[in-house]
Amino acid sequence: MKRGDGRKPEDIRPMEITAGVLQKANGSAMVKMGRTIAVAGVFGPRQMFPRRLQQFSRAVLQCRYIMTPFSTDERARPGPSRRSKELSMVINKALSAAVFLEEFPKAAIGVYIDVIQADAGTRTAAINAASVALADAGIPMRDLVAAVAVGKIDGKYVVDLAGPEEELSDCDLPVAVMPRDGRVTLLQMDGDLPPEDVKQLLKIAKEGCAKIYEMEKEALRKRWMK
Amino acid sequence: MMVQDSYIHKLAAKGARIDGRKFGEFRNVSIDDKTIEKAEGSAIVRLGDTKVIAGVKLDVGTPFPDKPDEGVLMVSAEFSPISSPDFEAGPPSDESIELARIVDRGIRESCAVDMKKLCIKAKEKVWIVNIDINILDNFGNLIDASAIASAAALSRTVFPKFDGEVVDSKEKTKKKLPVTTIPVACTFVKIGDSMVCDPVLEEEDASSCRLTLTTKDDGNVCAIQKGGEGALTSEEIEKALDMAVSIGKELRKQIAP
Repeated sequence: MKRGDGRKPEDIRPMEITAGVLQKANGSAMVKMGRTIAVAGVFGPRQMFPRRLQQFSRAVLQCRYIMTPFSTDERARPGPSRRSKELSMVINKALSAAVFLEEFPKAAIGVYIDVIQADAGTRTAAINAASVALADAGIPMRDLVAAVAVGKIDGKYVVDLAGPEEELSDCDLPVAVMPRDGRVTLLQMDGDLPPEDVKQLLKIAKEGCAKIYEMEKEALRKRWMK
Repeated sequence: MMVQDSYIHKLAAKGARIDGRKFGEFRNVSIDDKTIEKAEGSAIVRLGDTKVIAGVKLDVGTPFPDKPDEGVLMVSAEFSPISSPDFEAGPPSDESIELARIVDRGIRESCAVDMKKLCIKAKEKVWIVNIDINILDNFGNLIDASAIASAAALSRTVFPKFDGEVVDSKEKTKKKLPVTTIPVACTFVKIGDSMVCDPVLEEEDASSCRLTLTTKDDGNVCAIQKGGEGALTSEEIEKALDMAVSIGKELRKQIAP
């Protein structure tokens, strides 16, 4: 089976990861997955404001995911939507599992992700960018986080849904993992699938994430090993 | 770790829970669909000591341009300060937005409401289904309680009188909302290495993460949401999937009108 853009079912879209794309941020990265582009900037660890939100025994990860108004075919309303608030939250949790937050009591680590072009898989691109940006900022982590969305089209499991494929797929199932031990830090789905399919898709998503993981490491090597 | 948390962890390691339930056992569910008379459909659901109301109001409005022949569905949730000292009055919190979106996804993706049947005149007039969730008492697992209340309210919803121009919500008809399936959310939290369903507040506090799986009548999964900062192994997810299907089957019998 060939997909609309000529990929095999297990292929991810052409992907590009660049670490250190911003000057002001302590760490940054840009991720392109097909036509989807996410830029992440990390600030901190720094003092937590407002102070009442400080945590005595650990740092707080502050995460904001936003889609720019020009990122979609029809202009998106600027500012946070209900969708972007939910995504900011699940992305935050997906990254928190990997960061040694207990190393920085009372501190805040700001992770800001701007999706500058959206063509499916924006939350997974955002997680990949943020994960590399956190590492680029030198923040101690258990592992990098790699994320990809999987689906089922015409009875076939497919990896990394592209824009036109979202409509065709029986489901949209974004997954983020810490590839070293394979534990899942983000899992969402909407669609209509037997439980056995969900289990298979999870396996295939992990294989996709393994490829992305290698590219994340390569991007960091390129930036730091001269 | 707090004393209570470590107690809950110790119990879980032995296969036990603070209220004596098994890992896959839900608290008792009761549904009151009589109290709210002004809504087109409603349910006050008790899940153990947790108590939530879902109310359905129907209105007529314009469809979305990308789906000109389908009705509109909207789910909102209010974490009222009445239900817990942890909730503040004010704009919706991120948690309440997430909850509403999980419930919304379960209903939307399972096609629980036949949206095509809500079309009155394509591109111009369709029925708008508003589901509003109000929390009254938070003793844990607001997601499942809200999903049960919403499904119960939807499956009891009747249309108000409509003369082609205006809706008269004072008068209800006998015509039922076209509901095709009852989506049931089943939430687990991870305590140590155990996955326990329908957590009470103390278990939520002691847990590292959360997994909600919504299933349909035919046993298919229609929505998944992982929450919390911890991580899950594939085995834990698979175990939860199997449990969610069988729990869903049991709960569905109690929700159906």
